[in-house]
Amino acid sequence: MAIRSPAFEVAGLHRPTGRMARVREWWEQEHVFGYGLIAPAFVLITCLVAYPFAMAIYFSLSDYWVGSPGGFVGLANFREIFGNEVFRQTVQNSFVFTVVALTCKAVLGVWLAVLLARNLKGKRILRGAVLLPWVIPTALSTLGWQWMFDSLYSVVNWTAVNAGLISAPGPNWLGMSGYAMAAVITVNVWRGLPFFAITVLAGLVSIPREYYEAAEVDGASSFDRFWHVTLPLLKPVLAVVLLFSTIFTFNDFNIVYVLTRGGPVNSTHLFATLAYQTGLAGGNLGQGAAISLFMLPLLGLVVFFQLRYIRRE
Amino acid sequence: MITGVRSRGARARSTMFGYANLVPFVFFALFPFYFMLITSFKSNAELYSLKSVPLWIQNGAIVDHYRYLFARTEFLTLIRNSLVISVTATGVSLVIAVLAGYSLARFRFRGVGSFGTAVFITYLVPPTLLFLPLSQVVNWLGISDTIWALIVTYPTFLVPFSAWLLMGYFRTIPREIEECALVDGASRMRTLLRIALPMAIPGIVCVVLFGFTLTWNEFIYALTFRSQSSNKTAIVGVTADLIRGDIYYWGSLMAGAVLASVPVVACYVFFLDYYVSGLTAGAVKG
Repeated sequence: MAIRSPAFEVAGLHRPTGRMARVREWWEQEHVFGYGLIAPAFVLITCLVAYPFAMAIYFSLSDYWVGSPGGFVGLANFREIFGNEVFRQTVQNSFVFTVVALTCKAVLGVWLAVLLARNLKGKRILRGAVLLPWVIPTALSTLGWQWMFDSLYSVVNWTAVNAGLISAPGPNWLGMSGYAMAAVITVNVWRGLPFFAITVLAGLVSIPREYYEAAEVDGASSFDRFWHVTLPLLKPVLAVVLLFSTIFTFNDFNIVYVLTRGGPVNSTHLFATLAYQTGLAGGNLGQGAAISLFMLPLLGLVVFFQLRYIRRE
Repeated sequence: MITGVRSRGARARSTMFGYANLVPFVFFALFPFYFMLITSFKSNAELYSLKSVPLWIQNGAIVDHYRYLFARTEFLTLIRNSLVISVTATGVSLVIAVLAGYSLARFRFRGVGSFGTAVFITYLVPPTLLFLPLSQVVNWLGISDTIWALIVTYPTFLVPFSAWLLMGYFRTIPREIEECALVDGASRMRTLLRIALPMAIPGIVCVVLFGFTLTWNEFIYALTFRSQSSNKTAIVGVTADLIRGDIYYWGSLMAGAVLASVPVVACYVFFLDYYVSGLTAGAVKG
């Protein structure tokens, strides 16, 4: 289907006879115009999303290295990955990371939203301050965290030691596996909390006040009001935010790459960082693609639930 | 009102309680920025002394780290790269997304539903899934290690997001005015540009702000598709290899991080409400 440029059509406007008129008439049909408008987006999504996605699947089934397109090898990449100790560690890391970070973000996020929903003075500034970590480039703020977790000059350790909470010199946050995971999760929660809080807040303020008044008249305590009124009414918003956040958390790259590069001894590698290390740094595009495709089942699940939710709307 | 039921004292106590509970959150959110800022103004002697108190500047603020950044590195070139990439990619994405979003909101034709679903799914696909094959596509196009690599690939995540957001905006505009214009003989394109578009300005501002922020902050594509130092974006430059050499680089590193955050923070401060509404629209309405 040939798509006529809008400029061409406007030119036709002034000579409503002959061929121009016919072209214009054709272009003004609802379906032709409708297709015309989505055409650029369609081309973009086909060429730069759908096609690369198909390539990722092809890469994962082939012996493809940077600079040397290899042949089809079937599921060899996947077999090799499963046998790989680092990959199994990554699977475990990813789930620990996602579950812990998501739980923290959900609990703290709802709590923060409830606090922000009150009619306090300086409400706008408070919201602005709380949302800031979400706006600043993650890679750069993570650099700041890296310095805060420095092995020698960590401000976290300095404060804890001087407050008498731990004995000097304190943990080497980024150099020990358990602590490194805790550090990575902390930064992810720090960055993702605003998204949770602000979105839940939008859901909170849309709850009619009458419900609370009725509950109060019935003598419900503030906890009861939260548990029996707020939470059930928040469920749809909460579900959507959780689904979104699952994708973003599970696919995190920036924080781990900047903070630990997956170390120490692969204890913080996630799928994305391992795929980067294998596929680009290591040059093994086939295996890298296979690793990144492991993010797909979870993504599929989230897409499924999201679509169902939207259809119901 | 609830407040009528309670005494004034109880209300004051509950307000205090609200503020007190917010303190840890605000501290948690802001402390890293405060720490980055003071680090960038401290002397190396103070930064790397185990005896100094890290929580504030003791020995006087200095601007040496910033001076180093401008005099000895290509920082300004990187900022320019980032600006060109972000502005161009956002502009291109906006045009594509306005057209697609309007079509999705207004017209009925075969496949429009499936296309809407496709846009939504693309919106959910994370860049981490596509960066490996895209790096090959960029290679084949012969634009790897130029700023075009990012201008071409950034719309892949901007357009779905923007089209989805704008579709929501167009749907809230009553279609009667547009129908009147059509009856009066205006072409469909004219109706879109002259009538629908002006009413969707808040949505467009939102898309521009988010587009600029997301592209400016983007990391994985920028890291993957560029290798030469002078072609990098500010974020990748600061993170990767701009400031190295000796081990004492935290001061200039934090100075770079602070400066490279300025453009987005400036947008954020002026348009806070758009950020809040865009964030919630993207998640809740979508």
